[in-house]
Amino acid sequence: MNDVIRQFRDFFVSLKLTVVLLVLGMILVFGATLDQTNLGVWGIQTKWFRSFFVLQEIRGVPVPVFPGGYFIGGLLLLNLLAAHIYRFKFAWKKAGIVLTHVGLIMLLIGELLTGILQDDFSMRLVQGEPKNYSESYRGNELAIIDTTNPDFDDVVVIPEGLLAKGGVVQHPKLPFRVSIKEFHPNSNLRARAPSTAPMGASEPPTPATQGVGLNAVMTPLRMTYKQDERNLPAAYIELLTAEGTLGTWLVTADTRMPEQIVEHNGHTYSVALRFTRNYKPYTLTLQKFSHDVYAGTDIPKNFSSQIRLTTPDGRDDREVLIYMNNPLRYAGLTFYQASFEPGNDKVTVLQVVRNPGWLLPYLACSLIAIGLVAQFCIHLAGFFGKRRRIAAAAAAA
Amino acid sequence: MKKFLPLLVLIVAVLYVGKSLVPPKNQGPYDLVGFGQLPLLANGRIKPIDTEARSSLLRLQGRQRVSSPLLSGDLVGSPTEWMLDVIFRPEKADTYPTFAIDNPDVLALLGKKDEDLKINYTSPAKQVLALVGFIPSRHRRFTLAEIWPHRAAIQDQARLAEPVESAVRTPFQSAIMQLYFNLIHYQRIQHAFVMPGRENFLNELLSFQDNIAAGVEAVKAKQANQPHNETMAGMMMEMGEMFSAMGQVSNFGVIPPDAGEKDPTAWKTSGAALLESFQTSQVNPAALAYAGLARAWRQEQPEQFNKLVQLYRSGLEKRFGPQLEKARYEARFNAAEPFYLSMEFYGLAFLVAIFSWLKWPDVLGRSAFWLVAVAWVLSTGGIFARMWLEGRPPVTNLYSSALFVGWGAVALCLVLEYFYRNAVGSVAAGVVGFATLLVAHHLSLSGDTLEMMRAVLDSNFWLATHVVVVTTGYSATFLSGFLALIYIVRGLFTRSLDKATADSLTRMVYGIVCFATLFSFVGTVLGGIWADQSWGRFWGWDPKENGALLIVIWNAIILHARWGGMIKQRGLMILAVGGNIVTSWSWFGTNMLGVGLHSYGFTDAAFVALASFVVSQLAIIGLASLPLEKWRSFRSTAPAKVAEPA
Repeated sequence: MNDVIRQFRDFFVSLKLTVVLLVLGMILVFGATLDQTNLGVWGIQTKWFRSFFVLQEIRGVPVPVFPGGYFIGGLLLLNLLAAHIYRFKFAWKKAGIVLTHVGLIMLLIGELLTGILQDDFSMRLVQGEPKNYSESYRGNELAIIDTTNPDFDDVVVIPEGLLAKGGVVQHPKLPFRVSIKEFHPNSNLRARAPSTAPMGASEPPTPATQGVGLNAVMTPLRMTYKQDERNLPAAYIELLTAEGTLGTWLVTADTRMPEQIVEHNGHTYSVALRFTRNYKPYTLTLQKFSHDVYAGTDIPKNFSSQIRLTTPDGRDDREVLIYMNNPLRYAGLTFYQASFEPGNDKVTVLQVVRNPGWLLPYLACSLIAIGLVAQFCIHLAGFFGKRRRIAAAAAAA
Repeated sequence: MKKFLPLLVLIVAVLYVGKSLVPPKNQGPYDLVGFGQLPLLANGRIKPIDTEARSSLLRLQGRQRVSSPLLSGDLVGSPTEWMLDVIFRPEKADTYPTFAIDNPDVLALLGKKDEDLKINYTSPAKQVLALVGFIPSRHRRFTLAEIWPHRAAIQDQARLAEPVESAVRTPFQSAIMQLYFNLIHYQRIQHAFVMPGRENFLNELLSFQDNIAAGVEAVKAKQANQPHNETMAGMMMEMGEMFSAMGQVSNFGVIPPDAGEKDPTAWKTSGAALLESFQTSQVNPAALAYAGLARAWRQEQPEQFNKLVQLYRSGLEKRFGPQLEKARYEARFNAAEPFYLSMEFYGLAFLVAIFSWLKWPDVLGRSAFWLVAVAWVLSTGGIFARMWLEGRPPVTNLYSSALFVGWGAVALCLVLEYFYRNAVGSVAAGVVGFATLLVAHHLSLSGDTLEMMRAVLDSNFWLATHVVVVTTGYSATFLSGFLALIYIVRGLFTRSLDKATADSLTRMVYGIVCFATLFSFVGTVLGGIWADQSWGRFWGWDPKENGALLIVIWNAIILHARWGGMIKQRGLMILAVGGNIVTSWSWFGTNMLGVGLHSYGFTDAAFVALASFVVSQLAIIGLASLPLEKWRSFRSTAPAKVAEPA
């Protein structure tokens, strides 16, 4: 074997590399924890863990400042595999260690899969109102819905990413083009003071020529990363036909926004910027939400939602109770009691998580736990054996 | 004779513990113990008045004793007696210095100047003691009477500070909010039983009782603009306003649920119960009993007081037997103060164990071992008592985690000491036991430590598995760090670290690190499984999860570095001390996230404590990195060529 290859191999199987990677891993985890005060728990995952390099914007230029989770985790995986393949020699004494490391490899792969495949949504249910979709926590979309036919809706959605790019969007199902004149990733909305009111004269002008935007003032805000807040994007969109413009509308993801209707060529369209929806082939209906506090305090004692689950084909029609530490698992999704609206006991908020890789951590952890316990016992037995031999030797002497 | 010393120590320690378990006796003519055992509902659970009195005092002024630096002796004999003065004789309680204020800006708001704060001791001995810092030289506790004139200013400032998120408040804002909430808390206690400031509330209630029916008629007539008895209507209105004020100010449920009420937690405030008199035409007997107690206390009639306590208690007995019994045990648990007592034993054991390295290693070593054992058994009892009172696994909040971390570490120390018998285990037990109980004491200052579990944590299964295992991991990581400290301090500053001791310390640290890896890993994984079970995700990278992960990685680093020959004895010790930093971060730092990162949060007391601990550990690491020939123990053994011990 030539020297270069040997050096290469020695590098990848070395324990030194392991220790260095573990140290880098610690710094990564610690840095990510601190950065949560700026970016929130979601922001740091893409920046620190689901990346090859941690990019920090310095004067607007992203600069790689540290190896990211994929880099460190990937090298650790290589190191583990290489070391075990190269040094593998079965001995009962080492069985625990081998099991532990096989488990670790699975855990790393599992976390990679989770990062790629996991998704979570929120589902706000109002008592008695059936719902068959959940909404994204972070994503938004511009939906243009042709509601002309009472039997069905024809929906075209433009994802937030496209809106942010600006420009003009054309879609074969739409008889007009959508020109994005302004887009703000977070905004605040308030009513415009009437022009007759004393405040009215000083209100800023609006680009909107149609709809709610005429009577509202939209103020762009900095993006928020707080865990209990979400960004409410807003945009001014102009609908352009071959003949000319239909007008400019203000759309925002603010839930107070009333429906905006556009009539064109005998078709009725509803235009809304909304939280990205994820439709399900089944319907959930809130039957009853209960929320107790401990007597004389406002410490929550329990929350529970009584839900009716139905599928259109009638195969499922049952009642389920979702409460703390007891989620509903259905069709690969986990629905758990996430929140409620204070003072409104007719509403419940569920969180919906899809995590197809959920089984891997269980397997991995069982292997590691068995491995560690075995190894610990082997060591302990060795320790007592040694003491016994010493004692015996002392007695003999 | 000398060889009986350990036995003697054991006997004395056990007797001392036994004494603390004897039911507390009344010091004066009043049945204060009986009163302290009466139940009330606060923070969502039924507890004895004694507990509320103690946790209120801790919260208001950081200690259970009520005294003034200028007086010798205490102002009241027990927390319950203080509570009685607050509720029944407020004009006296208002002159007790029970509000701790340290922030200079808040003191300035109260018009306190530097010269007002200085304590002018009359005895020269005390003046000297104050000068050298053995006794306080400045006032830090103030009476309500001193604060009351400034209440409007306090309220204004509190209103300004309130909208600011607690994590980003300035020290002044935090201090003013704390004072404001403490004043509210004090008023809640004052209004909990009777209307404060009434000379004879019982008589008022009795005459009210005689006139309810007529009075209600008079009020109705008045509202309908019909002829009515004006004085009667006026009295009714006045009583009504008084009761509703009591009910609004206080939120302590001191009045038991009505007969026939199914919900055993439906205790009422005294004000709410008295307001009901208008419907029932009957003054609630429990409210009357407390008014009677108030009169007996004000007029200093101990026989009557004791009789009323007895009567009220036997009235409750039929319907609330189990709750009364539990409250009684809790009051006895409070009086026994097992954790403070263990703390003393740990401190003593530490000193004895250290001394055993200088003289009489065998006798003193065993004495220290027994002291540690007694302290450990005592805190075991305390933890079990808390578990029984709460109906929960041992760790439910930060306070109980401090108890448990100490308990687990000391248990490991006892095992180590049993095998090695070189007093190292006892020294470590003394330090860790004492330090964790000290931390626990500081955590208890925020109020009652037996808290109700928030809905999201309400799972005894996972509290018993994940939380206990991961906390055991903390214990073990800390223990390895403290054992390493012993190695470094003895090796660096003394000549006592011979090869045998050094080797056995190395084996101890290595073994404990293995143990810590096992427990912190399994604990972290169990946490992941809990998260997956209830939230559908195994890992979310939130600060607490990351903290646990850091401990696992750190222990893994130590083990791999050792296996790879990258570190030897000293390196192992240095890394183990690093484990102290990592664990303290995971334990407390993650909870402060958002505090420490904002520039003005740095004066937060807990943050300062954590930062100083980290700095001290870094200093030890720095010292340990000195060349081995500077270590006194190694310099003496191999002056020419220093070979690092393997």
